[in-house]
Amino acid sequence: MAHLLLRHRETPDINKLDVYIRNGGFESFKKAVTSMQPGQVMDEVKASGLRGRGGAGFPTGVKWSFIPKGVFPTYVVANADESEPGTFKDREIMEGNPYQFLEGVAIACYAIQSNTGYVYLRGEFQQLAFQLDACLAEMEKTGYLGDNLFGTNYSLRIRTHLGAGAYICGEETALLESIEGKRGQPRMRPPFPAVVGLYGKPTVINNVETLANVPLIIEKGAAWYKTMGTEKSPGIKVFSLSGNVAKPGNYELPLGATFRELIFTLGGGVPGGRKVKGIMPAGASSSIILVNDETFDKVMDTPMDYENVQNIGSLLGSASVIVIDDTYSMDWVINKTMHFFKHESCGKCTPCRDGTYWMLHLTERIHEGHATAADVELLNSVANQVNGKCLCALGDFSTMAITSAVERFPQDFESKVKA
Amino acid sequence: MSMAEKYPKEIEAIYAKYPADKKRSAVMPLLYLAQREEGYITKESMAEIAAMLDLEVTEVASIVGFYTLYHDEKAGKYRMQVCTDLPCALRGADKFIESLCGNLGIKVGETTPDGLVTLEGVMCLAACDKAPMFQLQAGDQVTYYENMTVDRTMELIDALKKGASREVK
Repeated sequence: MAHLLLRHRETPDINKLDVYIRNGGFESFKKAVTSMQPGQVMDEVKASGLRGRGGAGFPTGVKWSFIPKGVFPTYVVANADESEPGTFKDREIMEGNPYQFLEGVAIACYAIQSNTGYVYLRGEFQQLAFQLDACLAEMEKTGYLGDNLFGTNYSLRIRTHLGAGAYICGEETALLESIEGKRGQPRMRPPFPAVVGLYGKPTVINNVETLANVPLIIEKGAAWYKTMGTEKSPGIKVFSLSGNVAKPGNYELPLGATFRELIFTLGGGVPGGRKVKGIMPAGASSSIILVNDETFDKVMDTPMDYENVQNIGSLLGSASVIVIDDTYSMDWVINKTMHFFKHESCGKCTPCRDGTYWMLHLTERIHEGHATAADVELLNSVANQVNGKCLCALGDFSTMAITSAVERFPQDFESKVKA
Repeated sequence: MSMAEKYPKEIEAIYAKYPADKKRSAVMPLLYLAQREEGYITKESMAEIAAMLDLEVTEVASIVGFYTLYHDEKAGKYRMQVCTDLPCALRGADKFIESLCGNLGIKVGETTPDGLVTLEGVMCLAACDKAPMFQLQAGDQVTYYENMTVDRTMELIDALKKGASREVK
């Protein structure tokens, strides 16, 4: 099947405006603005069952419907902060097929009657932000952005905003703080951004990939969209495959495709005759799925959708599938993930700030071979005390790899500790 | 020379991105601008930005401290920031950065004696399928180098030494 999100794989020049338009580009936006009520756009996206592709999997149309009526201005913010270790899909969508993404932003803006959209990119995506700025300038020049679009009274402008290196800014309220010119630290909720968002106004925040799906749904309809994927997880997904595989990269598949299809059929399996030992399907924030001779078939035949991955003790998240082979020990893996979370904890809430600090101390001690069995127990206990007590999901995420590794790979820790 | 004198057009373009009464949003792009020439943000620039946006200097400094791409100290002309996070490490990033250290005769965090390159280990850069990889930060510019080898990296450093632009791949 031809790609629907990674369309540049078949049409490399689709990142040029004339090529995008020749391939049906901006027809959906025009259709929405000239022939649909904002509520109809929202209903179509709701009916499609599209769920947020940033990790949480929340129904997109429902999120839009939380915006109160009659409050102006409102904002749409595209979350292009893509910073989860193992995730690199939004970057490819924006590089290869930027106009489809921007058309999605535009349609989302129309659906909530916003006249201003922001694209928040992580600071490392600076070159990409320059490309998007050029795309937005082209759109203004050709009448897809600006005042009185398509002869209606609807006006829209979209701007980019660059972060400057902070994983936490992918958390939507931290992201809003960052656009407002503050340190990127999460806000207390409620109120939720749909009510009090950017500059205190109602705001929708959607992931890049989520928004790139929207033009397809408006063009071909919710019923068509639901023919792909599974009943509860409809549609297509870009899976970022990394780690110990022969062919790492992005793969666009219907939700519900199996791990076997991704890792072996497309990814070429593990090189060098080694075996899969663990899978982290949601990047560094994952519970690690145990793969051994006993569980291999069950795991590999599991459909990758929001429900089924949960059934085998992990989460789909942003579908950043990291494969770990049997030459690695899990004490090393969790030491790596803890380095990340300790570095990225924003410092605002105590359980996360202090918890990641102490968990890193313990994972280092274990990995360096200076720990006793009691240290492993202590690590697990700290992780369990952090989990569920933080201001945002980062603190919880930091514990996932630890508690799952200690529970599912006990031999990796037994061999590391002193008697 | 103050930033306002040096970059009037850039500053105007930055302000235009945000609602007129939400000037504070300009702080991050202005900090990039302040970093353009020297690769770090001076106390004078922080004070100037604070005055422009009606903020305390401490608030501006706290933003510089929070985000990893802002620096308040001088380093090498190029900051070579190698991703050593889990997915890259599974594809040899730790060995890669170690070999670079050996070749350059410096440790991670140090600068080559000629002041050209500061070698740093950083968190995930969303290029996990193209490891080993790094970004070069120079002034206010960030450029990615992916699917790198130690040899190609040393060639790049040689070219940079001879004054080539960082676009050499």
